[in-house]
Amino acid sequence: MSEVLLEVNNLVKHFHIRGHATPVRAVDGVSFTIRRGETLGLVGESGCGKTTTGRCILQLERPTSGRIMFEGVDLTTLEHQALRAVRRRVQVIFQDPYSSLNPRMTIGQILAEPLEVHGIVREKAARAERVRELLTQVGLLPQHARRYPHQLSGGQRQRVGIARALAMEPSLIVCDEPVSALDVSIQAQIINLLEDLQERLGLTYLFIAHDLSVVRHISDRVAVMYLGKVVEITDRQRLYEEPLHPYTRALLSAVPIPDPALEARRERTVLRGEVPSPLNPPGGCVFHPRCPIAVDRCAAAVPQLREIKAGHLTACDLA
Amino acid sequence: MAKLLQVQNLHTQFMTSAGVVRAVDGVSYDVEEGETVALVGESGCGKSVSALSVMRLVAEPAGRIVSGKILFKGRDLLKLSEVEMRSVRGREIAMVFQEPMTSLNPVLTIGRQLTEGLEIHLGMQPAAAKARAMELLGMVGISDAERRLAQYPHHFSGGMRQRMMIAMALACNPSLILADEPTTALDVTIQAQILELMRDLSRRLGVAMLIITHNLGVVARYADRVNVMYAGRIIERGTAAEIYANPRHPYTLGLLRSVPRLDEPMRAKLDPIEGQPPDLTRLPTGCAFTPRCTYRVERCSETPALEACGDGQHMSACWESTRLAKKVAA
Repeated sequence: MSEVLLEVNNLVKHFHIRGHATPVRAVDGVSFTIRRGETLGLVGESGCGKTTTGRCILQLERPTSGRIMFEGVDLTTLEHQALRAVRRRVQVIFQDPYSSLNPRMTIGQILAEPLEVHGIVREKAARAERVRELLTQVGLLPQHARRYPHQLSGGQRQRVGIARALAMEPSLIVCDEPVSALDVSIQAQIINLLEDLQERLGLTYLFIAHDLSVVRHISDRVAVMYLGKVVEITDRQRLYEEPLHPYTRALLSAVPIPDPALEARRERTVLRGEVPSPLNPPGGCVFHPRCPIAVDRCAAAVPQLREIKAGHLTACDLA
Repeated sequence: MAKLLQVQNLHTQFMTSAGVVRAVDGVSYDVEEGETVALVGESGCGKSVSALSVMRLVAEPAGRIVSGKILFKGRDLLKLSEVEMRSVRGREIAMVFQEPMTSLNPVLTIGRQLTEGLEIHLGMQPAAAKARAMELLGMVGISDAERRLAQYPHHFSGGMRQRMMIAMALACNPSLILADEPTTALDVTIQAQILELMRDLSRRLGVAMLIITHNLGVVARYADRVNVMYAGRIIERGTAAEIYANPRHPYTLGLLRSVPRLDEPMRAKLDPIEGQPPDLTRLPTGCAFTPRCTYRVERCSETPALEACGDGQHMSACWESTRLAKKVAA
C-alpha cells in the first residue's frame, strides 16, 4: 500500500455565534487518513460538518484543535509563506460552477492568474501555452480561453473549475460536491473526467458529497459523518454490503433506485425526526434520538470510533 | 378512471434578447383522478413551465401561453377569466414548490398562511379555520400544533417547511396537487419522509398528483405513469414499469445508464450522455436530441411524433424506437 498523504487527527472546529453561550460544534473530533492515489468519500447530510472538514484541510478555516498532517507537515501550525507553499499542493473544486468563477474574467485569465501569482510559469507566452494544455486536459478546446464563464454551460464551467485546480499541480484535491449542481446527463461526464485525471496524474481525492450512489462509484474508502462526527469508515464494498452503523443503514435505504419493481419490494427505514442542532447536540451518542435500535445506555455514553473488523470502524456500541 | 387534467398541444414561449425560447413546444399529457403522474427531465426541458402554465402563473409579458388547451374537469383553464382562475388555484389545484423557504411568506405566521386560503376559498370563520389548520398540521406530522401556528417560517427546519407547504396545498381539499421538485432541496433521509407522507396522503384522500422532478429514482417508487421531457417536448411516456424496464427513447436510456446505482455491481466507468443540453433559442431542426444521440439516422432531421411503440400505453418520439426494444427472452 502507498504512503499516507493526509492524516486528520481529532479535528475540532467550533463556531461562536453572537448571543449564544455555546458554540456550534460543526466538526467535533474527526479522524481519518488518505493514502496517496486514493479517493476517500465523505458523506453525510447538510450540517454534518463534511464541508467544514474540507475547509479545515484547505486551511480556509483554522481548526479549533486537532492536527492535519499533510505530506508529513502539520498544516495547523503553518503561517504565511510556508502555508502558501503548501496550498499549491492542496486544491479544491467547488460545488457551484456558477458562483466560483469570476464573471468578469475570461477563462484564460482565470486559469493564468494562479500560474502567475504562484510564480509557476513566469513567462506570458508559456502561460498561454499551459492554459491551452489545461483546457485540453479537461476536455475543453483552446478557444474556450477567450470566453467568459456566462458563455459556458454548467458542465463546461465545472471543467474550468477542475482545470484551475490542476494548474497548481496539486497532490490532493478536495472535491466539495463537484457534481451535485449539474444536470444528471452531465454528472457522469465529470465523474469520468475526475477518474481519468486521477489515473493519469496520480491525484488523491477527498470527495465530499451527499449522493451515496456517486460516492460508492468513485471512492476507495468512505467515511460517514453525522452531527460533526465520523460514525463509520471502511472500504466502499463493505460500507455498502455490510453497513454497521444504524445511521449508515438508514441513509442507504433512503436512496431511491430507478427500478419500480425493485422499489416495490424494498423495505425502507424512514428515520424519525430531523437532525438536531449542532448548537445543542444530544448527549451520549449524537444519533440516539433518531436511532431505530437505541437502548438506554446510548443516551449516557459517547460511543468511540472503534475497529470492529480489520479496516472497518464504527462508532456504535451495539454494532 | 375519469380524466382530471388534459393538457393538449400546449405551447408556452418566452421572449428574450437572444430570441424566442420555446420552453414548452407542443406538449400533451393527462392525469386521471387519484393517480400520480411524473414529468421528468433536466433543467430547461420545460417541465416546470408546463406546470406553471396549468396554474396560469407564467410570468408575463416575457412569458406567454401561445396555444393549446388545458382541460381541468372538462373546463379549459386557458379560457377562464383571472377572477375565475383564482377560485381554481389553491382551491381545486394546489401547488407545492421546491424551495420551501422562499415560497412561504416570512412575515406571516404559519397559522395565518394556513387559514388565509380556508377563509378566502371556503368562507370559513376564523375559529373554524384555526381548528382545520391544527388538523392539517397533524396530518402532515407536525406535533404541538397550537404552538406551531403562532410561529414563523424561519422557526421551521427545511423538512418542516416542506410539510407545512403540503399542509397548505391540502387545506381546501384540492383534487390535484402539482409538486415541483418537492424534495430536491431536502436531505436524503428527510426526502424519504416527505415522499412517503405525500404518497400516504394522496392515497388516503384520493388526490391526484403531478410530480415534476429530475430524479428518475424518486419517480420509480411513487409514480404510476411517467412522461420524460427533453427540450420542451415529451419524448417518452409510459407506466413506470414500462419506462424503467424497457426505455424506448435513446435519451431515457442514456439517463438511466449514466447514473451509478446502489443495487448494481460497480462499474469501472459510467456511460454519460455526451455533449451539452441544447440551447433553446437555437434548437436543431428535427429531433432536438440528435446531436447527442448514438442511435441517430438521417431521418432525425424530421421531428418524430410521440407514437405508440409497444403494448399498453408506452409511447416514444423516436424514429429508431424499435431498435431499442428489448428482445423478448425465449
